[in-house]
Amino acid sequence: MTEPVLSIKDLVVEFPFRNDVFRAVSGVSFDIMPGEVVGVVGESGAGKSMTGSAVIGLIEPPGHIASGEIRLKGERIDNLPEEAKAKLRGRRIGMVFQDPLTSLNPLYTIGEQLIETIRTHLPLNEAEARQKAIDLLTEAGIPKAAERMESYPHQFSGGMRQRVVIALAIAAEPELIIADEPTSALDVSVQAQIIKVLKKLCANHGAAVMLITHDMGVIAQTADRMVVMHQGTVVETGTVGDIIRRPQEPYTIKLINSIPTIQRQAGDVAPEAAANDDGAYVQVKHLVRDFEIGGGGFLKLLPGKVEMFRAVNDVSFAIEKGKTFGLVGESGSGKSTCAKMIVGLLRPSSGQITVDGHDIWAGGAGHKERRKRVQMIFQDPYASLNPRWRVADIIAEPMRTLGLARNRTEVDHRVAELLTRVRLDPSVMRKFPHEFSGGQRQRIAIARALSSQPEFIVCDEPTSALDVSVQAQVLDLMQELQDEFGLTYLLISHNLAVVRQMSSAVGVLHNGVLVEKGPTDAIFDNPQADYTKMLLDAVPDISRVA
Amino acid sequence: MTDLPHSPEQPVVAAKTSRWRTFLKSDIVWSYRHSPVTIVASIVALVLILMAVLAPWIAPYNPFNPATLNLMDGFTPPNSNSFAGRYFILGTDNQGRDVLSTIMYGSRVSLFVGFSATLFAMVMGVGLGLVAGYLGGIWDAVIMRVADVQLSFPAILIALLIFGVARGLIPPNQQEGAAIWVLILAIGLANWAQFARTVRGATMVERQKDYVSAARILGVNPFIILLRHVLPNVMGPVLVIGTIGLALAIIEEATLSYLGVGVPPTQPSLGTLIRIGQQFLFSGEWWILLFPAVTLVLLALSVNLLGDWLRDALNPKLR
Repeated sequence: MTEPVLSIKDLVVEFPFRNDVFRAVSGVSFDIMPGEVVGVVGESGAGKSMTGSAVIGLIEPPGHIASGEIRLKGERIDNLPEEAKAKLRGRRIGMVFQDPLTSLNPLYTIGEQLIETIRTHLPLNEAEARQKAIDLLTEAGIPKAAERMESYPHQFSGGMRQRVVIALAIAAEPELIIADEPTSALDVSVQAQIIKVLKKLCANHGAAVMLITHDMGVIAQTADRMVVMHQGTVVETGTVGDIIRRPQEPYTIKLINSIPTIQRQAGDVAPEAAANDDGAYVQVKHLVRDFEIGGGGFLKLLPGKVEMFRAVNDVSFAIEKGKTFGLVGESGSGKSTCAKMIVGLLRPSSGQITVDGHDIWAGGAGHKERRKRVQMIFQDPYASLNPRWRVADIIAEPMRTLGLARNRTEVDHRVAELLTRVRLDPSVMRKFPHEFSGGQRQRIAIARALSSQPEFIVCDEPTSALDVSVQAQVLDLMQELQDEFGLTYLLISHNLAVVRQMSSAVGVLHNGVLVEKGPTDAIFDNPQADYTKMLLDAVPDISRVA
Repeated sequence: MTDLPHSPEQPVVAAKTSRWRTFLKSDIVWSYRHSPVTIVASIVALVLILMAVLAPWIAPYNPFNPATLNLMDGFTPPNSNSFAGRYFILGTDNQGRDVLSTIMYGSRVSLFVGFSATLFAMVMGVGLGLVAGYLGGIWDAVIMRVADVQLSFPAILIALLIFGVARGLIPPNQQEGAAIWVLILAIGLANWAQFARTVRGATMVERQKDYVSAARILGVNPFIILLRHVLPNVMGPVLVIGTIGLALAIIEEATLSYLGVGVPPTQPSLGTLIRIGQQFLFSGEWWILLFPAVTLVLLALSVNLLGDWLRDALNPKLR
């Protein structure tokens, strides 16, 4: 039997607080064999990143390893002195972090950073190290690597930077790579490339990988085995195929079931597609928005040419009453700009938006009609609720502003009713937002949106800040409320699986242009535009388990 | 993190006591109790402020009532009896005024000017900062450029300038009564820019947040948004600058009064007392200068230390 590269046994990580001890990791054990890719999955707070930090010996004080042991090739590393641990990092354990912006030093060129890392760990001279650096960059898929050696990190895109980080991690030929959410900050299409690079490089160099992520799709496409963590403990361990197809533990079953997939599941009825555009409830016609680039304040008063950037370019679509239209796109595609114009936060440069026949940008009357009918649910439930207001006041604000309820008892009564609708206890109305979890806050945000009795709700990434199991609950709630009140949704998301599950029609936005629109099933099963095809291919999905 | 559909209820009955208990358990109380310097500073500041506020009732003498003054008491050293047989713990000045009492009455003036000027600077700076940060564009450009120009001059110079101009505008027979208000105006105007800058930055951050967008979608009046949504969320840093600004304002007042352009000698502040005292320093009557000067240092230092602590306590990243 071969010896595991990494062996974790009964690991406990504790954080002592003023009058309490918090166990971030309690009794975690698993092994990683040579050349194996092991995925560590879990929702936020599961202790997966903390396990990674424990292995590389970088737990933030006052946190510490309370008991258990970590062995690298049979040799115990958790109790080594600090200098010995520092020697392990980079040499025998490589690291790839989530944010490629912060894991590279902005003041040094890519070449300098690579050569420094190589020479610190390997007995090579400057020229040899340089050659090795170029080889590594080429291997990581950076074109014209020799020329790019003199570039600074800011001259690279996010995906390119993450390739450099992977090259850096693999530079000293470590036995183990720890990758903590290596693709979470990247767009779907870039994510797919990075996963391939990571997998290829580790296979070529014989490094085992501990892949920490919340994204089951990434694991499904990358890992051999997976470890499911929940509240600091290991719930289930097994091969990726086994766990995804036949989860054993109740928590894993719940987790797997709550992950939306881009495949239509058997038994699901496809929502009816939009019939014709002209009679639709919401109509967006030839929407354009330009932004001025650079210059502000007094500079604007100077004469001269102003450079313009077109964020949204001639976008048209329509939404039937009571239906959901999904707007899909990667970062910078202009989907949030569209949302802002539709809810009245940003004036369109040209084009028309009508809701229920009213042009919402047509003067005071249009604004009035819009406020009555349109509401919005935001991405980040931590920023969308004023931290200084009580829940009751937050939910009551729309009805007070629009004069829907006047006296205190009426307002309280309505707030209590709304809280019940979003499956929260009415007694929470005296609390402040910080006393709630992310999912509960999003429910409060939904209650606020419903408070003005809108007919049309724009949802901008409503679940992308939430854990999958919470995401499933919030999406279910949105669906129930739609059925109950006949709401019309515009669902904006980068998550194709969520859009497939929720929408009856879909539009795909790319660099401000709507490249494709149509009924959901038609787009997902038979995409026409090249960009849509590429996007659908790139999505890591649990249905594509290796 | 679990997402409970029904979060556990708390009994409404004990709300008041439990809120007090939550406060006692909060980070800010913890950080106060674990900072001996802050505890000492707050006690010193509290004692000095109480002495000033309660001066008319607890001061041993009224130094500004000519009927009780006796030139025979003049130049009494600390902790001794005068020729007239009265006891003075900190001695007397040339006119026989009790130094302890003049300090108590003087701190009253210093603190009044300091608090009022800081409040004035705070209201003006926060208001302009909110407008600049929220409206942006030309409003922001004009307000912030004025602030930048002002920040490039020493505050004391600005205060002197405003003081001079204001004095020129007021008829001579009203100057004495108006002097203290002119002083407050001058120090306040010299210090608003700090507040405006900080509040502008914080406002720009807050206005991007979704809760402000949610209010804008509803068509809430921008003034109401600023007042009810943005203002409560930018007050943390304002309190910190306000505390440190109070110490600065007290020193600025003392400087102006020391230079003889501050409050009139009939209403001496700590700065005036120091000016009077320095005449006697080299003739051996050191106490007339030393005690007011020590009081000023203690007051400014303790308030400044409180401000420093507040800044650290409200900013978890520094801990």
